[in-house]
Amino acid sequence: MIAALPRELLASLREALATLGRYAFFLLRLLAATPRGLLRFGLVVQQVHNAGALSLVIIMLSGLFVGMVLGLQGFDLLQRFGSEESLGVAVALGLLKELGPVVTALLFAGRAGTALASELGLMRATDQLAAMEMMAVDPVRRVVLPRFLGSVISMPLLAAIFSLIGLFGAQLIGVQLMGVDAGQFWSQMKGAVELDDVMEGVIKSGVFGVACGLVAVYEGYHSVPTAEGVGRATTRTVVISSVLVLLLDYMLTAVML
Amino acid sequence: MSASARQQSAGADGIVVRMRGLHYAVNGRPIFRDVDVDIRRGAVTAVMGPSGTGKTTLLRLITGQLRADRGLVEVEGQDVSRLDRAALYRMRRRMGMLFQNGALLTDLDVYENVAFPLREHTRLPERLLRHVVLTKLQAVGLRGAWRLMPSELSGGMARRVALARAIVMDPGLLIYDEPFVGLDPISMGMVLRLIRRLNDALGLTSIVVSHDVREISAVADFCYLISGARVAAAGTPSALADSTSDEVRQFMHGLPDGPVPFHYPAPDYAAQVAEPRG
Repeated sequence: MIAALPRELLASLREALATLGRYAFFLLRLLAATPRGLLRFGLVVQQVHNAGALSLVIIMLSGLFVGMVLGLQGFDLLQRFGSEESLGVAVALGLLKELGPVVTALLFAGRAGTALASELGLMRATDQLAAMEMMAVDPVRRVVLPRFLGSVISMPLLAAIFSLIGLFGAQLIGVQLMGVDAGQFWSQMKGAVELDDVMEGVIKSGVFGVACGLVAVYEGYHSVPTAEGVGRATTRTVVISSVLVLLLDYMLTAVML
Repeated sequence: MSASARQQSAGADGIVVRMRGLHYAVNGRPIFRDVDVDIRRGAVTAVMGPSGTGKTTLLRLITGQLRADRGLVEVEGQDVSRLDRAALYRMRRRMGMLFQNGALLTDLDVYENVAFPLREHTRLPERLLRHVVLTKLQAVGLRGAWRLMPSELSGGMARRVALARAIVMDPGLLIYDEPFVGLDPISMGMVLRLIRRLNDALGLTSIVVSHDVREISAVADFCYLISGARVAAAGTPSALADSTSDEVRQFMHGLPDGPVPFHYPAPDYAAQVAEPRG
């Protein structure tokens, strides 16, 4: 059966496995360097600013609109069963457990991930990384690690902000526009949402932070040092991160439900 | 022999970099075949050769960025191919390298670029660090540009800042990779003068990779001409200029045709014109 598989398919499989191995090795290298990397926390804070703070506008705007859409759709659905007061619960669970972490990660991959990959790729193309190595400075520790940690720290914070703004958007539509009772909206949400639900979102966004950060720094650091190579690394970052986020989301949901 | 004993013996015969029987190939294409090179302490040694002959590769073999397929690459008595990452980094702390385009860190200003190695490797108090950085910037004539960003510098200025950064840790060996590419005559003159002046004033050993024959001949003490994956000639600039070898004469005098042909290998002209494309 295996012998019957086309040679190209086997070669692709082998290459995919090899890439996976290289990713795993790079992640281990980053994790091993993390304790010392955290000692230079200033560098990490700078990257939290670059990856996180500079993504705030897009995250908040998207959160608001996603929340408003959830408010509209949720109200339309729930009123068919006469339970529009449960809108707060539905929106909160949807945002905290799924949409907050997932949409934040997808937006993060598109904004911060591409910025990271192209920055590292350009640093490689302009010999900045080689220059660091010649100055006996490990670029993985000095440049890559702070960017990776910045992503890991930023993602849960951005997802929390996304969900919060989303709730506000849903409240705006559900309560202010559609007339759902504000007391019911908030009290039902408070009663139904448990710490486990919040933690599910936190864990997911933490994992997505690792995944998106890893893909961006790996692709950027290993990009071919040409204009085309940097462009390809940027595209690969978005594509791989997005697919990986959705795949991991399914796996995490299946485990945590 | 211990590492320090080896270093002493390396110092005794005045050879800082020694390459013996060096072989290196990329995708089966030989870049170096049985190459021997000696870099003498205190001298400015030029490595010249036509484009694509592997001059930069030679530098990368010396700095340990690449490993030789066969043969010996020794720096200060240490076999580079046997060094692990930590030992390699220790060796590089005694080297400075100037990249073709300067390779300045684009998110740091001139001052921070020069201070970068000091901040990474030392715990100097800020006042002392400032003194060292400004001294090096003064040496390359750019103390006044300390707050400029790399994007605000001309090509020549960027290379001089990179030179200040390369000497900020007081290295013993300074390596220049094509330092004159894209420079106007004034900037080129400045860089040339700096190479000689820094080498003599700081007691350095310098390796300059270049194909600008006239410029480099003016400052080099000794030259290697690399061509066809081997050392085609070695000697003082004047000895190379007076060489009777066709290969050396073609390069040193910039003749358009010779052992290195003007035409890239091609099929018969008429047959190629008649043949439909694709």
